[in-house]
Amino acid sequence: MRLRTLILAAVSAAAMASPALAQSLTAITGGRVLTGASVIENGTVVIQNGRVVSVGTGAAPSGARVIDARGKVVTPGFVAVDSGLGGSEISSVSGGQDLRNAANSISASFDVSYGLDPWSFTLPVARLGGITRAVVVPNHPGGGGGGHAHDDSDFAGVGHAGFQSPGLFAGQAAVIHLGPDLAGGVADILVRPRVAMVAPFGEAGASVAGGARGAQFTQFKETLAEVRLYARNKAAYDRAGLRDLSLSRADLEALIPVANGTLPLIVTVRRAADIQQVLRLAREEGVRIILDGAEEGWLVADQIAAANVPVLLNPISNLPGNLETRAARMQNAAVLDAAGVVIAIKGNEGSTHRAREMRTNAGNAVSHGLSYESAIEAITVNPARIFGMAGQFGELRAGAAADVVIWSGDPLEPLSDAEVIFVNGREQAPTSRQFLLRDRYATGGEGAMPPAYTR
Amino acid sequence: MRSQRLRGASLAALACVALTACATTGGDTPADDRTSSRGDRAALATGLDGAANPDPFPSTYRGLPRENMAIVGGTVFDGAGQRIENGVVIVTDGRVAAVGGASTPVPGGHRVVDARGRFVTPGIIDTHSHLGVYPSPGVQGMSNGNEATSPNTAQVWAEHSLWPQDPGFNTARAGGVTTLHILPGSANLFGGRGVTVRNIPSVTMQGMKMPGAPNGLKMACGENPSRVYGGRNQSPATGMGNMAGYRAGFIAARDYKAKWDKWREDGEGSPPTRNLQLETLSGVLDGSILVQNHCYRADEMAQMIDLSREFGFRITAFHHAIEAYKVAPLLAREGICADMWTGWWGFKMEALDAVEANAALVDAPEGGCAVIHSDDPELTQRLNQETAAALAAGRRMGMDISEERAIRWITLNAARSIGIADETGSLEAGKRADVVIWSANPFSVYARADQVFVDGGLAFDRMNPAYQPVSDFELGQPGFGLSAANVTQGAR
Repeated sequence: MRLRTLILAAVSAAAMASPALAQSLTAITGGRVLTGASVIENGTVVIQNGRVVSVGTGAAPSGARVIDARGKVVTPGFVAVDSGLGGSEISSVSGGQDLRNAANSISASFDVSYGLDPWSFTLPVARLGGITRAVVVPNHPGGGGGGHAHDDSDFAGVGHAGFQSPGLFAGQAAVIHLGPDLAGGVADILVRPRVAMVAPFGEAGASVAGGARGAQFTQFKETLAEVRLYARNKAAYDRAGLRDLSLSRADLEALIPVANGTLPLIVTVRRAADIQQVLRLAREEGVRIILDGAEEGWLVADQIAAANVPVLLNPISNLPGNLETRAARMQNAAVLDAAGVVIAIKGNEGSTHRAREMRTNAGNAVSHGLSYESAIEAITVNPARIFGMAGQFGELRAGAAADVVIWSGDPLEPLSDAEVIFVNGREQAPTSRQFLLRDRYATGGEGAMPPAYTR
Repeated sequence: MRSQRLRGASLAALACVALTACATTGGDTPADDRTSSRGDRAALATGLDGAANPDPFPSTYRGLPRENMAIVGGTVFDGAGQRIENGVVIVTDGRVAAVGGASTPVPGGHRVVDARGRFVTPGIIDTHSHLGVYPSPGVQGMSNGNEATSPNTAQVWAEHSLWPQDPGFNTARAGGVTTLHILPGSANLFGGRGVTVRNIPSVTMQGMKMPGAPNGLKMACGENPSRVYGGRNQSPATGMGNMAGYRAGFIAARDYKAKWDKWREDGEGSPPTRNLQLETLSGVLDGSILVQNHCYRADEMAQMIDLSREFGFRITAFHHAIEAYKVAPLLAREGICADMWTGWWGFKMEALDAVEANAALVDAPEGGCAVIHSDDPELTQRLNQETAAALAAGRRMGMDISEERAIRWITLNAARSIGIADETGSLEAGKRADVVIWSANPFSVYARADQVFVDGGLAFDRMNPAYQPVSDFELGQPGFGLSAANVTQGAR
């Protein structure tokens, strides 16, 4: 018998129902603390009332619950970007899929925040990968990272790779946390709705506009012009005194903050040539952008840096999956970072079910030239910074949300486990639906009583 | 007398099909010899007797230039369960000559390769790849992995779709992959034959094809066939339609095989007309073609096992075996490998119950055969990491699994899963010298394949651009020839 014990499983299953309270004073001591911005050996992280109280090397305050993290690594919870967490249970099942929308009158105004499910079974799985926050984006053509569908099933046109949004804009992203109180309080995971607008460019964007990139850029500029016209003439619009506009009123409203540069636009774009065009477009139109994908970004790294534009990327995208990623390289993250670009590292396949792989993606970026410090920043402080929430999460510093993870070792290593997980100061049971299944069949499933009697 | 001679000849031909190692020599037999064995009967016209030429697209694999060498000082995972510190791997004439501790004698004339501080493993084997058939770039004109025109396309061969210029072969090699099984996709109940290739650059498919390796037959359970054909208002539209389709296929194959067997036996009447679809299924029935069965759910695996008994064939492996852990003891008893991911789940209903500890749980019973596969041009580059994640999941639930055991999931077990364990998959005397020297423990995310040897020939060297091949497609493309940052790098 190679199983040490099954008791742990029973304990964790029981704990699932009653997460620890967020109020209690807790000190995590003795660990190697990666704050997100620096490293503290033998550090002490104190949390209370859902927030980080202090991070340093002092002793635990009296009365605190002390968690001994000697030999462990302590990090802020990771922040998944370009994610679908909470918005999609099973990718191919449309009924549980609230990240895509195909109504012509709701494109830019599509707001994913209403469809997020605190009870989603994707959340505990991602949490076990050390993820405590996510930027959830609407599905969009060309999104989700990489052009390869799982298990060769894309032949039938399923999966978001084949998805076409009706408009130039896919909708608006939201920030969530992954520690809902499911014990009877208000189970809310929404941190902030409408943190960014999403729009595909490159091949995917061109296909929305009719096929050619030139058409999309023209349509994009025309759309912004209409938005500005609308914004200046709302009263006329309301009494039908304005010429016809191509978007619905809801979409026009949603685009006003994009047009005036207050709401960032996540631009999914891959080809170096397209990145240059998008940078120019943003400059000309006064739009604030965040590049997403940017597989060929390393070819124009200095231009991206000069424009002060951050990048969400997957560092393991190194194949020419199509004609706009022919220069994809494992070194993309390292080159962009070296040029001074603020990068955030994504998980795989839309960072929903495989969001947890963002930490090994970061590790692979390190093995291809990115500094370890930058890799940690790219999954902690940088995402918060990029979405305008620096200091609020993604970093262990006084005042930030108490999202803390204690790791058995280097968090970028696949052999390391997230052993203790706090979200907003609330300790999360280290379990998931997957763990329950695993434990049910741990002894082979051939006992006298069917496995269904085990929970 | 005449019938006895005929019988002998037909048995020899059949034996040649069964023992695929002789397949490469099958073509050497002059047609005249076969004709004479049938006495006064005319031979079938060229191409009408499948057994007369069981290897019509023969391997021309030569291997890369090689030298005799001794890899010394590294930590060796031999793939067969051993861990040897300060180990020695002797490679002679492209084969492993000896593996042992520091005292293992190094023959005179062998180049000594210093692996101190590094790790040595067998070449990684990916049992589920679509490289070349779903290549990069995946653009119009290049999607050659699914003959999704009929639920039974057992007649098609993946090797006929394989584009050797897929850059993914190079990136896989940089991740330590030396052997791949390339399969058709899963749209059909019977998707067609798979082929095993040596991962060296080649202008032709034949130049990569592994001599003597058995073909696979890709079969698919579950959602994909029923969705594809149900969506066309065709059968199968359901799980029961799937099962009826397999049974109809094997009924026809049994009938076809019996006719050929009879004709070969007594030589009377007209010979059956050769049928490529049924020939493949006959190959499954005689054991020369291995069933590689895309099958997610445990209940479907149990049904497929019953199906195999109904028609008298064996299933070699269940692929994407998401729920293998639910029937791990059954699979172990049946001697069926489960080829799995670690981290993929939730992309469709039949992938809902995935657990990261799947491989560890399949590996646990005596005789269990756990394999980590990719099905993906990115994941194939990091099968060592996917294995590390699987190992971690097993340990997290209290299982005591060593690294030297877990490495088998992508080496020896993988070789078994595609029927080439006699040839490769472990560093044992007599086997092909498929070897990876890693910069660090391959269970670490930071480990890189420094050198990759295929049959003792250096196929990739992370430090030497001369051994970082690029495909024709990659030449002159955006970014070509530029070095990204100041990073010592392999291809891409």
